[in-house]
Amino acid sequence: MSGGASTVPTTSSAPVGITGTTGSILTSDTGGAASVQTAPFGHALVAAGERDARIVGLTADLGKYTDMHVFAQRFPERFVQVGMAEQNLIGIAAGLARTGHVPFATTYCVFATRRAYDFIAIGAALGRANVKIVAGLPGLTTGYGGTHQGIEDLALMRAIPGLVVIDPCDATEMAQATAAAAEHDGPVYLRLLRGQVPMVFDPATHRFEIGRACLLRDGGDVGIVSTGLMTARALDAADRLEAAGVRASVLHVPTLKPFDRDAVLELAARVPRLVTAENHVVSGGLASAVADTLVDAGVAVRMERIGIPDCFCESGSIPYLVKRYAMDADSIVAAAQRVLTVRRSTNPARNA
Amino acid sequence: MTSITAPSIDVSIPELQERARTLRLHVLRMAERVGQGYVGQGLGIADLLAVLYFGEMRYDPRRLDWPERDRFVLSIGHYSIGLYAALAEAGVFPLDEMDSYGADGSRLEMSGSEVTPGFEMTGGSLGHGLGQAVGMALGHRLAGRKSRTFLLMSDGELQEGSTWEAAMAGAHYRLDALIAFVDCNGQQADGAPATVMGIEPVHDKWTAFGWHVQRIDGNDIRAIVHAIACAKDASGRPHAIILDTLMGKGVPLFERREKNHFIRVAPEEWAIAREQAMARPGAPS
Ligand SMILES: Cc1ncc(C[n+]2csc(CCOP(=O)(O)OP(=O)(O)O)c2C)c(N)n1
Repeated sequence: MSGGASTVPTTSSAPVGITGTTGSILTSDTGGAASVQTAPFGHALVAAGERDARIVGLTADLGKYTDMHVFAQRFPERFVQVGMAEQNLIGIAAGLARTGHVPFATTYCVFATRRAYDFIAIGAALGRANVKIVAGLPGLTTGYGGTHQGIEDLALMRAIPGLVVIDPCDATEMAQATAAAAEHDGPVYLRLLRGQVPMVFDPATHRFEIGRACLLRDGGDVGIVSTGLMTARALDAADRLEAAGVRASVLHVPTLKPFDRDAVLELAARVPRLVTAENHVVSGGLASAVADTLVDAGVAVRMERIGIPDCFCESGSIPYLVKRYAMDADSIVAAAQRVLTVRRSTNPARNA
Repeated sequence: MTSITAPSIDVSIPELQERARTLRLHVLRMAERVGQGYVGQGLGIADLLAVLYFGEMRYDPRRLDWPERDRFVLSIGHYSIGLYAALAEAGVFPLDEMDSYGADGSRLEMSGSEVTPGFEMTGGSLGHGLGQAVGMALGHRLAGRKSRTFLLMSDGELQEGSTWEAAMAGAHYRLDALIAFVDCNGQQADGAPATVMGIEPVHDKWTAFGWHVQRIDGNDIRAIVHAIACAKDASGRPHAIILDTLMGKGVPLFERREKNHFIRVAPEEWAIAREQAMARPGAPS
């Protein structure tokens, strides 16, 4: 299924070494996108709220910072400000869900998943309370360092039984995933892209569905499996690879859980050289989900992982960080080239 | 029982006021270079930092790991611009390093952490500071040290449950070498605490948790010095000194601006701000 044309040049223009600055936490880094949308989550939640009176919005002192202010302005009587108290945010949301409401609770990824983990696991997931957690500043979308960069939230959330985990790519998917979360009966963790958000997918043709991956490019030399905003960079990398004579598939997997195993296995069967790309540490997230899938099916492929290494990241401007931690399209291209370089001794697929 | 060490202030009030003025200019220097920053917070807390770093605290800027030192714990990472000003002025790192505030690869991050020398912990994920400060105060007591622990936290942090867990522990263990300053600047991310999530009565809450409590004008250096002296006289309980501060203090342009967690400053306003911060109170303008 095609996700529409990618028109967004996503590679940062600032080389590492040229000094940028961290900037305000409200600054959106759009990676030079040709087309952007403002507050897609806020507007999609308002639209869902118009359709469904059960929807309520909550935040923990981050309304302005998570686009929840759009909903709060439209439905002030259905908005609950809990103050800076993330455990209570999830607790109150669970209580609202148990009284028939559909709460959407926002904060940053780090505070939702680190501070309120037990509350999500028990209050939301164990009881299958219909709580939607929408969490901002995923991975390297903020320059605020280890306290603010949500680098391991997908791993934490994936580990919770029964929780749906979504990492949308762009404004189109952010809006569609918001609507899908509202319709889904059960707890959802949705990564938030806020402020000025690039548009990669055409809303007329793209269809987000919980649990379904989409094949955006179909090339037989290397398969790039990506999630979240890394898909824009994966598409960019595929273009560059094609210019170099390498045909790449791009499989976009916006839902980390439930995971579209069939799509991954189908790709691996056709193209046994994979690169995964995620805006997250390389363990516990997408790469791990792909590896789990392959191991369970007894499939051996050669695979390279693009993602944040096993470290807390520095502070700095987004373009600086993206280069510093090898999260750009260039790094995906390089990984594809590595995975194509067959090394007999380390390639079990070839040795078999 | 721990008793607080002898007062170390032998600096006059006018000298401390002069330091605070210098710290404010440092804050403006850093923020101007990047065109933004937590200026309101940095200016608002300059008076406290002047008293602590240039009067009250026992520490050695050349030996930051001196075990006997008094510790200053910054729970609110975004206030780091204020602490950078104090640390640079104290000689912990060169004054020129302030020009790297917020820059890629710099040790002076927008939201401060222990990558910067002189930072005792990483704040910024709010609600951590009081717990660690309780641990440090307990640790000093266990080690038989007289060192004190000073904590700076914010009114927004009064909404985090962890703050009150730590407050309970501080009183339970009678940590009277712990002084927590609570910056009540009447602002948090989504507006005033009164509208976001009411925190008052702050004084009564701390009292009910078993703390020795004072509430003062946090921009009055004399009042800060006096409150710390009073804390020394009250043993057996940890101390909460609630500071009512004005965001942007010392720069009337910012003091009068509509309150905001992150104030916006137009390029042409920096020169005015600098001039206003330079003016000595009472001096003819
Ligand atoms: C645990 C946690 N939750 C949320 C945030 C996001 N945040 C950063 S500053 C802030 C406002 C906190 O209030 P306060 O420190 O009183 O703000 P200020 O006086 O600086 O405006 C919030 C909610 C955070 N840093 N940590």
